[in-house]
Amino acid sequence: MRKISLGRRTARLAAVSLAVLLAGTGCASDKSTAKTGSAGADTSGDTVKVGVLHSLSGTMAISEVTVKNSVLLAIDEINAKGGVLGKKIQPVVEDGASDWPTFAEKAQKLISNDKVAVTFGGWTSASRKAMLPVFEKNKQLLFYPVQYEGLESSPYIFYTGATTNQQIVPGLDYLKAQGKKKIFLVGSDYVFPRTANKIIKKYAEANGMQIVGEEYTPLGHTEYSTVINKVADAKPDAVFNTLNGDSNVAFFKQLRGTGIKAADMPVLSVSIAEEEVRGIGADYLAGQPVAWNYYQTTEGPRNTEFVAAYKAKYGADKVTSDPMEAGYNSVYLWKAAVEKANSFKPDDVKKACDGVSIDAPEGKVTIDGATQHVYKTARIGVVQPDGLIKEVWASPGPIKPDPYLKEYPWAQGL
Amino acid sequence: MRRLREAADAVASAAVRWRGPVVFVAVALLLLVAAPAALSPFRLELLAKYLCFAIAALGIGLAWGKGGMLTLGQGVFFGLGGYAMAMHLKLAEAGPGQLPDFMVWSGVETLPAVWEPFRQPWFALLMVVVLPGVTAFLLGLLVFGRRVRGAYFAILTQALAAAFVIWLVGQQGLTGGTNGLTNFTSFFGLDLADENDQRVLYSVVAVVLGLLYLAFRQVVASRFGRLLVAVRDGEDRVRFLGYDPALVKTVAFTLSAISAGIAGALFVPVVGIISPALLGVVPSLEFVFAVAVGGRYTLAGAVLGAVLLNYGKTTFSEHYANGWLYLQGTLFIAVMAYAPKGVIGVAGQVRDFVAARRGRAAPAVVPPARVEEGAAA
Amino acid sequence: MNAFLNQLPIGLSIGAVLLLVALGLTFTFGQMGVVNMAHGEFLMAGAYTAYMLQSWAGRQAVLVALPVAFFVAGLMGLVLERTLIRRFYGRPLDTLLLTWGVSLILQQVARDLFGAPNVQVKAPTWLVGGAEWSGIRMPYARMFILALAVVCVVAIWFYLARTKQGRRMQAVMQNRELAACSGIATSRVDQRTFFIGSGLAGVAGVGLTLIGPVGPALGTYYIVDAFLVVVAGGLGQLRGAVLAAFVLGLLNSYVEYWSDASLAKVVVFAVIIGFLQIRPQGLFVLRSRKLT
Repeated sequence: MRKISLGRRTARLAAVSLAVLLAGTGCASDKSTAKTGSAGADTSGDTVKVGVLHSLSGTMAISEVTVKNSVLLAIDEINAKGGVLGKKIQPVVEDGASDWPTFAEKAQKLISNDKVAVTFGGWTSASRKAMLPVFEKNKQLLFYPVQYEGLESSPYIFYTGATTNQQIVPGLDYLKAQGKKKIFLVGSDYVFPRTANKIIKKYAEANGMQIVGEEYTPLGHTEYSTVINKVADAKPDAVFNTLNGDSNVAFFKQLRGTGIKAADMPVLSVSIAEEEVRGIGADYLAGQPVAWNYYQTTEGPRNTEFVAAYKAKYGADKVTSDPMEAGYNSVYLWKAAVEKANSFKPDDVKKACDGVSIDAPEGKVTIDGATQHVYKTARIGVVQPDGLIKEVWASPGPIKPDPYLKEYPWAQGL
Repeated sequence: MRRLREAADAVASAAVRWRGPVVFVAVALLLLVAAPAALSPFRLELLAKYLCFAIAALGIGLAWGKGGMLTLGQGVFFGLGGYAMAMHLKLAEAGPGQLPDFMVWSGVETLPAVWEPFRQPWFALLMVVVLPGVTAFLLGLLVFGRRVRGAYFAILTQALAAAFVIWLVGQQGLTGGTNGLTNFTSFFGLDLADENDQRVLYSVVAVVLGLLYLAFRQVVASRFGRLLVAVRDGEDRVRFLGYDPALVKTVAFTLSAISAGIAGALFVPVVGIISPALLGVVPSLEFVFAVAVGGRYTLAGAVLGAVLLNYGKTTFSEHYANGWLYLQGTLFIAVMAYAPKGVIGVAGQVRDFVAARRGRAAPAVVPPARVEEGAAA
Repeated sequence: MNAFLNQLPIGLSIGAVLLLVALGLTFTFGQMGVVNMAHGEFLMAGAYTAYMLQSWAGRQAVLVALPVAFFVAGLMGLVLERTLIRRFYGRPLDTLLLTWGVSLILQQVARDLFGAPNVQVKAPTWLVGGAEWSGIRMPYARMFILALAVVCVVAIWFYLARTKQGRRMQAVMQNRELAACSGIATSRVDQRTFFIGSGLAGVAGVGLTLIGPVGPALGTYYIVDAFLVVVAGGLGQLRGAVLAAFVLGLLNSYVEYWSDASLAKVVVFAVIIGFLQIRPQGLFVLRSRKLT
């Protein structure tokens, strides 16, 4: 009996070592390429690899898959027209799995194993913060396509979504112009809503508006009756909504139960685009305002083209939204910057990027070299019963990005 | 002739006796010498991450495999250790009198008092062990003292993980909220961007794993270890014999929490992030899942499972992102239904099966709760 | 005082949601000792049933779906019981992990069948909006869920206390061996229990479409809370579950009113952990002389 148990123990240890060996040999295959140096894109052939890093599984997949689709669409279009600097773009798609450390891991993999020239990816602030050190450490570029909370300007990240002064501040300007004085803030408990609300409070102070309540709920929260009760008791003129993801569905469904109408107390949302409207139901959202830089209905020949191309590739029932458009723009902006620099090297691209401009579906977008953000037009839209969003107000022209709100006197001391 | 056979027997029994240590040394050499030489820095960093999970798995092997306590809240202890370490690294980086970066954008103007002592490296290192240990000890005393056990205990620890994550996320100024703590550049003098220093860090992780493995093996082989197994298999009987099962369980639970805390603390410099997303209900279940796959009844199985599963996850997700959940689910069902002793027990199961086929009296598939493992680890 | 009255119906309606999602579990967990982590996915199955039925029932799909979802989720539960859980009786911890594997697969199946984004379930027009009496608000959808919970509880009570099958179920719950000795086919009773328990999850899922998102992750939002209700109420105790659900609902609504949602959740968890120190077996305990 004793011998048998010893035999088993040995078998176990042998299994461990075998597994480690297997893992070792499995990994060793990429050793030759990866050992040569930490980073540096391989552009020797007639293709250039780029990384596409979004959550294809997990809770964020809902949103991020659409951005991945539009990035791939842009790559296809560019390849059909001859590529970048005579090289075809070869996308390497990785899954961030809605998990921030995975984003960091996959970013490192794209850089050191696949030798990509640039990476397009990320959605949540947390995923960006997790990837940031990886790109800075390796001195490689990331294009990040989603509106975010500002107060950041990494030398190796290009921010192609809106920063606060291109979305939140215009949203507030709109509410002010509508004569809304008492505002209630509702948000998910994470960095974007908290930072956004800090800005909103400063703005309100300077503009004679009053914040009558501020509520945060955990991510994925689905029980809103108490929050709605508080909103109804405070009787605000408008609600500024920074809830994220599934919570929006619960919030709007339950808000409807109180009989409060969009006409009396609009809820301005900054995280609900065409794709999210479909999940919540236009029923519950019709008449509510949202703030973005682009809608599927934005007018212009370039957008008509984009919407048609997207539907042709992914299905006629698909919609296009702001983050998708920003992802699509990212690829074109990168291409334009590379061509201006006549080089794929991150530092050359960074040097050349200032003033690079493309004709995007949302209109003209230009890179601001100092902050590596882009000039964008702010647009307020209203959700229509058919689920699309109709623009009701737009800034006179593209707004200069100002992630630290330096040019807004009321925002000092943020 | 007889002498020859005696000599052969002696050699054979020596081989049997020494095979365990030999294999351990072989694995150690493989991890410490072969792996750093053969793997690219990127893969080595991943291996270091798997080994961190393996450290946490050791504790689960002890608490669940040996003690029968299904703890679905290991993420909490992993997080306590991880945050203790991350707080120190953030402060060391910010420099004296300065605030960590995330506090600046969260609008915190003075350093919270709980952060202050973490400036001292010795305090942070102490807390890596003390925070999870004391939390688990107190919780264990309360819970086991009231004879909460089995599924109740599992659900309770799961609720604890859920509550912990919600609390962490809510305290953005204190904990970095959903983002967690990221962006570390150095670890006790090691430059985390430097390849050689990364290799050193990897070795530290591997050595810690080896030492903890040996220590836990000692625990399992000791009188306490046998008592723990006895509690698992018949808690009331142990009580009738005059022992206090609650204390035994509490100690084992505390040890498992400490190993999770150490794992979390090492995870921080290796991966460069600690965030609530790593600690909640699902990651805590995944810790346990890895141990189940490897083989919960042995410490080696727990370690093997953590390495294999995380390796599989990385490799698989590089190719088929969507298939991973199917594979994970199926694997889980298969392991629970057909190989309750995990990968490491499969060889034994096959042997038993073959023996049964031959008609020899061999134990059929024993219900796992009654498996007698003795001191084998 | 006004706030106190205001939060009362809210607490009750939160309690009703908790009760509805936990009701099925009191059976499968309480009677059979099966910790079914896939219970959340049965909720999801119910919600998707309502979604599918919209194509021909239109806005009344929610009503039509109630009985259909009961059968759909019940059948799923039955299949799960017959194929897998049957092998695991007496090993509750293993069923916990096993059913978690099942829940992962079911989530991914839903993602592949219906897509990752949330889908829309339109509520009947008569359930949109709400009533208000002097500042106390009660949405119709909430009243509907409250009514649904009451109906389910009454139906179950009737089944348990007044039917032959129900009494057999109780017998098995109280002492399986003795029940088997008295000629009750316990395995048949187990199947029936699992069918009903899972079916109730389906019904709950239909109710949830009125107030929350309908997507592959639906189950994960409710599963932990549901287990806590059962644990706090006591295994297999209908009145325990009812009382626990409403107490937790009220607690949640008042704590959240005076603080915030995150804190309310943490407080509720803390209260349950504390409560189990005082009564480790939950509110109500099944009296028996069994040792373990």
